[in-house]
Amino acid sequence: MIGYLVRRILLAIPTLFVMLTAIFVLVRLVPGDAASVILGDQASAASLAALREKLGLDQPVHVQYLAFLGKILTGDFGESLSSGRSVIREVLLVLPSTIELTVAAITIGLIFGLPLGVAAALSRNGWVDYVSRVVSLVGLSFPAFVSGILMLIVFSIQLGWFPVLGNTSGAGSFAERMRALALPALNLGIIMTAYVMRVTRAAMLGVLTEDYIRTARAKGVGPTQLVVTHALHNGLIPIITVVGLYFGTLIGNSVLTEIIFNRPGLGKLIIGALNARDYTLLQGLMIIFAICVIVVNTLTDLAYGLVDPRVKYS
Amino acid sequence: MSAADTPVAIQPGGLWLAFTQNRLAWVGLVLLALIVFIALFAPWLAPHDPLEQNIVARLEPPSAEFWLGTDSYGRDVLSRLIYGARISLFVGFVAILIAMLVGTAIGVLAGYIGGVFDQLVMGVLDVLLAFPTLLLGLMIAAMLGASLENLIIAIAVTEVAPFARVARAPTITLRQRDFVEASRSYGCGPFRIMTRHILPNMISDVVVMSSLWLASAIRTEASLSFIGLGVPPPAPTWGAMIREGFENILDAWWLAVFPSLAILVTVLALNLLGDALRDASDPRSRSR
Repeated sequence: MIGYLVRRILLAIPTLFVMLTAIFVLVRLVPGDAASVILGDQASAASLAALREKLGLDQPVHVQYLAFLGKILTGDFGESLSSGRSVIREVLLVLPSTIELTVAAITIGLIFGLPLGVAAALSRNGWVDYVSRVVSLVGLSFPAFVSGILMLIVFSIQLGWFPVLGNTSGAGSFAERMRALALPALNLGIIMTAYVMRVTRAAMLGVLTEDYIRTARAKGVGPTQLVVTHALHNGLIPIITVVGLYFGTLIGNSVLTEIIFNRPGLGKLIIGALNARDYTLLQGLMIIFAICVIVVNTLTDLAYGLVDPRVKYS
Repeated sequence: MSAADTPVAIQPGGLWLAFTQNRLAWVGLVLLALIVFIALFAPWLAPHDPLEQNIVARLEPPSAEFWLGTDSYGRDVLSRLIYGARISLFVGFVAILIAMLVGTAIGVLAGYIGGVFDQLVMGVLDVLLAFPTLLLGLMIAAMLGASLENLIIAIAVTEVAPFARVARAPTITLRQRDFVEASRSYGCGPFRIMTRHILPNMISDVVVMSSLWLASAIRTEASLSFIGLGVPPPAPTWGAMIREGFENILDAWWLAVFPSLAILVTVLALNLLGDALRDASDPRSRSR
């Protein structure tokens, strides 16, 4: 077990190294001179030179590369050009609202997706299965901004049930916060429901044909108990893993949802950096995302190894 | 029967199975054919010039003259929608073609060479797979600058990893098969084995998945255009049209609604088709 742990963690290090190198190269691919792209055409030669020195662009590439790696090793992800705050601080400022949104979406996805997936698997090829498969495919086909805009038009503008501009200040009573959270969370939650439903259906179909289910049925276990204690219990492992793997998709969709519903969060931070040509903030965000993804991936693999002993030996 | 003996590629009849077993596949195919038809014959189908501005007829609701209304420059929404199909499909197809070529090559190489090279390549691809597609495309498009070529590159990069994964798995199985071993003993080089013996036996797996990933590519294209990183204006792209509709959402609902439906129908058609093809190519799900 220890050997597997060490091996898996050691494998994450070269992966991280390759990803960081890719980010370094990507940022240097900015057409033309980065300093003049950031400052615009009218910038004076002196301010251009000053920015180049600040960003280390006057150094040879290999010196820049080593400095880049060295900073990351010491936990320094750079600072935003426009606000002057460190990238970590910028992220921490908006992280709570993104977490609020994604947790609400995952909750909605599990509450609706699990029972729908189980129902679809139990009535395999029946009309419940058919309808829920079509509905989940429609849910998966919606780009998050498309469903968000349609919901905004129907519920906020036509029906007037929810605020059009969302809660941007973060202040206000709990009820107001929930009211502002409702539509964005529902928007992401519907997509999440579609994912969870599909995975649950597939996992349940796999489990329901196992011998121990047949044995339990033969012993006279009722349908509810069969599903809840026997089938779902074992089917839950792949479901949870997949929910973890869709973390990336969820983040991507939350970016679009935050723009549509005008919520603060990582999405607005990224778009803001994009519009302000804040390349150091973008680079820092990419690095943080890459590290998060590698950590989540490694943890998922380790959890797999813990749950399924067969993985360790492969 | 060991894993090495199971056929990895789907049989010629397998594709047909998708259409005999799954009525939804027909729905997807017909919708897709319709969209391709609209894109191909856009100049004959569009009632107006998609770029022609008409200041007098700004933000007009749907009418007999302008079936789907006009935008804030007085341009016909229906005509822009019809021409927009060309951009979405073109960007999607080309990006997926590039991703398929590059991804399949990486997957076959990693699977055939194996060892540390395979582990490192797959480690990086796993991270790319888990990285939010939209953010990856967004970063690349932002760094390279907004243009048609850069948009295609950005989307292609986001779809390389899934192709490599699908190409790698059958390569590992095929590498150990007797006919590959036989050709190796005849003196075949690795390049010839990979292109002549392994590739033809697994390419159908890759092609089957490409329709699902084309859906994902078109979704990414729309999202990037919506953010402002797509084909630059005044080109009529669905994502940019929705952006304009979003900015005028209080007084002109038709601007956002019709391009939204166009994206939805296109992505849904590809997903319906791709789902059916994948089910037909996977013997395990066929019995279900």
